Amino acid sequence: MPVTDPKEILKGERLAISRALTQIENSTQEGYQLLEELFPHTGKAHLIGVTGAPGTGKSTLVNQLAYHYRRTEGGEKAPRLAVIAVDPTSPFSGGALLGDRVRMQDLAGDPGVFVRSMASRGSLGGLAAATANLVQVFDAAGYEIIIIETVGAGQAEVDIASLAHSTIVVEAPGLGDEIQTIKAGILEIADILVVNKSDKPGADHTLRALRSMLTLSQPRPEDIAHHGPAQQATQPTDDLPSSLWSTPVLPTISTIGEGFPELIAELANHLDYLKTSGEWQRREEKRLKNELEMLLRDTLRTRWENKISATKYQYTLDRVVTRKLTPWKAVQVLLEGAGL
Amino acid sequence: MGDAQEKIRVLIAKAGLDGHDRGAKVVARALRDAGMEVIYTGLRQTPEMITEAALQEDVQVVGLSILSGAHMTLVPKVKKMLKEQGLENVKLFLGGIIPDEDKRELEKLGVAGIYGPGTSTQVIIEDIQNACQ
Repeated sequence: MPVTDPKEILKGERLAISRALTQIENSTQEGYQLLEELFPHTGKAHLIGVTGAPGTGKSTLVNQLAYHYRRTEGGEKAPRLAVIAVDPTSPFSGGALLGDRVRMQDLAGDPGVFVRSMASRGSLGGLAAATANLVQVFDAAGYEIIIIETVGAGQAEVDIASLAHSTIVVEAPGLGDEIQTIKAGILEIADILVVNKSDKPGADHTLRALRSMLTLSQPRPEDIAHHGPAQQATQPTDDLPSSLWSTPVLPTISTIGEGFPELIAELANHLDYLKTSGEWQRREEKRLKNELEMLLRDTLRTRWENKISATKYQYTLDRVVTRKLTPWKAVQVLLEGAGL
Repeated sequence: MGDAQEKIRVLIAKAGLDGHDRGAKVVARALRDAGMEVIYTGLRQTPEMITEAALQEDVQVVGLSILSGAHMTLVPKVKKMLKEQGLENVKLFLGGIIPDEDKRELEKLGVAGIYGPGTSTQVIIEDIQNACQ
């Protein structure tokens, strides 16, 4: 297999991009070298996360969203767009069935769109460990919009919020009452909430319930203006920018493309808000900090693993199992054994 | 840094105009259970769509399922287009009802494996694993 030239990627060569994605996903040396070369060219793309429970229609929504982005009217130049669709790896076999492309047939034949399926490979939280790195490749290759679709898990896939600039949470009618939405924790990460399949019975109820849940947790800008200083006094100042965005709740029907011009308009609004409020900078910082910490953790762990012998580890573990050593003491012993 | 891990990536596509996808699904599932990453594209794929998906997904293997009788038109076309895109290393496998004389011709063309009804999924798994070594 020939080594991929980073210049080809920067030029947007699709075969080079595709091969690079594989190297990076497999955490090979070549992959890391490519990331080194590409990193200075990143930081330009608008990263849009799409998450929600299984069966809410995430893939179909991504299909329509991408399709509408590519069909801008009035001679405007359509943005180049990449999709990363993550599906779960089977914990039993290590294999995966990646089926998101089935719903993305409308994007076939468009050279401005690149769809890549990705298996979660054992990581939790709705993304794969390498998802952030794949994003870097598309970003460096000049894709202006990168849509990341998470695994449909429902209640805990909040990792996407620290990766994406704008997070869309997809709901559908008939998936449980308001209590589910409070429990989920994914309402808090939504920059835009979508009620997909809004032609189904119960859609009005779902829309209403979500809107009322949001008003409980989010002060509207006019509320802040109205109550002025009192509101601000109770809130830490660095939380203010995010509370100034009030999450819109939009109905869509992905199978026929209804509601998508509105969704794209809201995404543009959100991007505008991020840039003007300084929130963009804040999220970038947070995202890179997350990545740095994860890298640091992995690297430290690998170094430690290389320094500790398997027998020493087993011996310590045996002593913990026989209650001769506490787990806390064991950690100390193992770290000291590696000279850390 | 992190451990390198390679997985066999396979594209399973229903080429052309037939809706019989049970076989393709059975194979996709079996390959997944054998630890491969299977990209399933669904029905009515043109050679153009199959080639584009193979390129974007960087698969080592493309598995075509054809039960319409159009294999002598579709398979050479897919083979040719893969080559045009720089994907000549991608192994092509075929499932369907393929007469013996066609089988010989397709194998000459470079199709790595052809499987008819009743084939054990274990055979397909092993052939793919061997082809990807």
